[in-house]
Amino acid sequence: MQTDKVSLKKRAESAIEKKAAFGEDFELNKYEEGSKISKPIEDLRTLDEESKKTLLQVGIIPSEEGRSGSLLVLDNAVSHSSLKDKNVELMSTHKAMEKYEWLKDYSWKLVQVDADKYTAKTYLEDADGYFIRVPPGKKSAMPVQTCLMLGSKKSAQTVHNIIIVEEGATLDIITGCTSRKGVEEGLHLGISEMYVKKGATLNFTMIHNWAEQIGVRPRTVVKVEEGGTYVSNYICLKPVRSVQMYPTVRLEGKDAVTRLNTIAIAHAGSELDLGSRAIFNAPGTRAELISRTITIGGRLVARGEMIGNAKGAKGHLECKGLVLTDKGSQLAIPILEANVDDIELTHEAAVGKIAKDQVEYLMARGLTEDEAVGMIIRGFLDVGIRGIPEELKEEIENTITQTAFGM
Amino acid sequence: MLKIEDLTVEVNGKILLHDVNLEVEKGYTNVLFGPNGAGKSALMRTIMGFSEYRVVKGRILFNGEDITHLPVDERARRGLGIMMQRPPDMAGIKLRDLVKVTSKGKKDPEALAEKLDMKRFLDRDVNVGFSGGEIKRSELLQLAAQNPSLYLLDEPESGVDLVSIEQVGMTIKELLAEGMECPGERGTKGKSALIITHTGQVLDYVQADRGYILCNGTVMCSGNPLKMLEEIKNKGYQECITCRLTR
Repeated sequence: MQTDKVSLKKRAESAIEKKAAFGEDFELNKYEEGSKISKPIEDLRTLDEESKKTLLQVGIIPSEEGRSGSLLVLDNAVSHSSLKDKNVELMSTHKAMEKYEWLKDYSWKLVQVDADKYTAKTYLEDADGYFIRVPPGKKSAMPVQTCLMLGSKKSAQTVHNIIIVEEGATLDIITGCTSRKGVEEGLHLGISEMYVKKGATLNFTMIHNWAEQIGVRPRTVVKVEEGGTYVSNYICLKPVRSVQMYPTVRLEGKDAVTRLNTIAIAHAGSELDLGSRAIFNAPGTRAELISRTITIGGRLVARGEMIGNAKGAKGHLECKGLVLTDKGSQLAIPILEANVDDIELTHEAAVGKIAKDQVEYLMARGLTEDEAVGMIIRGFLDVGIRGIPEELKEEIENTITQTAFGM
Repeated sequence: MLKIEDLTVEVNGKILLHDVNLEVEKGYTNVLFGPNGAGKSALMRTIMGFSEYRVVKGRILFNGEDITHLPVDERARRGLGIMMQRPPDMAGIKLRDLVKVTSKGKKDPEALAEKLDMKRFLDRDVNVGFSGGEIKRSELLQLAAQNPSLYLLDEPESGVDLVSIEQVGMTIKELLAEGMECPGERGTKGKSALIITHTGQVLDYVQADRGYILCNGTVMCSGNPLKMLEEIKNKGYQECITCRLTR
């Protein structure tokens, strides 16, 4: 194990200058390390009103009503962790590593420490984060909520999360990534390694709500075993400086399934480089990668990649982007790769403005032009989040409405 | 109620309709006949105000008001409602939600849909994957929610199977009679309609008052709609054109 650590450290150190393949390059030494110590928050309800509002905007409920458990990472410290569901394990990654010797076989096994400077940095910081596990055959009664909050200006948050859904188990997670009010500049680096075992299901919903000068570099790899299902909903509707991510789902077992939905709005000054990748490594595996993006002045890159390495694999990739002003841009980059026969991978990409005939069709029913555009935008994005928990939908729809009318 | 005077319309710089004169009185159901490509749908869409259709001459009066240059939604709010032949696919918009906003929450989508056997379509995306007949019923459902005073119906029976034709025909009949207590009130309380039909099947259900024949982008003549239909069935539209030329 020690040698393992030594070699990982070496690899990380050698990659600390390594630029990521995509997105703006952030100079890590311009940011201070996020604090690793924070006052524990016993009850999220005791937070100030402003912080509670911030939590609610990313789907985190301070009263924890309707949630199996909650964990809050503030800067680089786990400041709250509570659990009421006996079917779920939830604790900080550090605690879990101490508790379970075997967890080393899961840590830094999916995400490579030397993938780029951000993974390297997170490793070298020995980042904490959340560990969630559901034992075989168990089911989380309600979603587990986790929040990663950037609490100090010009600081870099590094987080390492591990999720394990054991055989036949089911887990729902809502994770909200955000910055405290007044924290307009910073960097968020988040490593997530997710294991969905045989016949297990993981529903993962992630909402981002950052500020105008924040750089965001999540690095996620998911491994899905035989008959397992991984569903992800990613939502980013508010201004941010730059988000670049390319979560990868490895379908390693027969008939494993994944569906990744992305909805995002690029505001002026924002660059969103959002990808989804599915690798079909076992027969009969299936994937659906759907993205619905809107620019109202920012730059949006929607990437999608499907790599078929096993027979009977089937996948569909859909990138649709609306351009609502002359200042924004949309770039859709779908990639399909088939390395064996008997594979069916398809894609559909479209970028452009809202069709006038659609707007006038609704206007002919008495809606004003603004109402018609709003309804079309809501519908457009709705296709991207059909699997999202109901209670989040309202908040998201409100944001969409504001965006549509506040252009 | 609706009066069209010397209307000339172009699309992409090309004249589609010229010097059209036509009228639909309060409570009347008038019929627009004409061969394919004559400009019937274009006329209807121009009346509704779709921006693709540019009026270069003449005017459209609705209840005495010149609506020639009003936007689509203003016309809808004044009481115009259209059933389109080929409405656009509205991905992500549920029929239920559209019916709800169209009726401004005043009508129950379930009850309206029940009548048209459209309940199972309420949670589908509007027009996406709908068959020809389903589009007609969906359009009627939306119109029922909208409750206009003038119905513009573009081929309500086309693509509808024989069984559903009765349903579509009866619904139109009921919609046109909404608010009326007896047939005598037609001229005061009845709804008005302008209907495009090729087969005339819809005329088995509604009482048509006047027919217009549109050929080569203009109205050739008007008269008793049932007699006109019979003429057209027997002699085709060429006869209309010849007749007009020899006038």
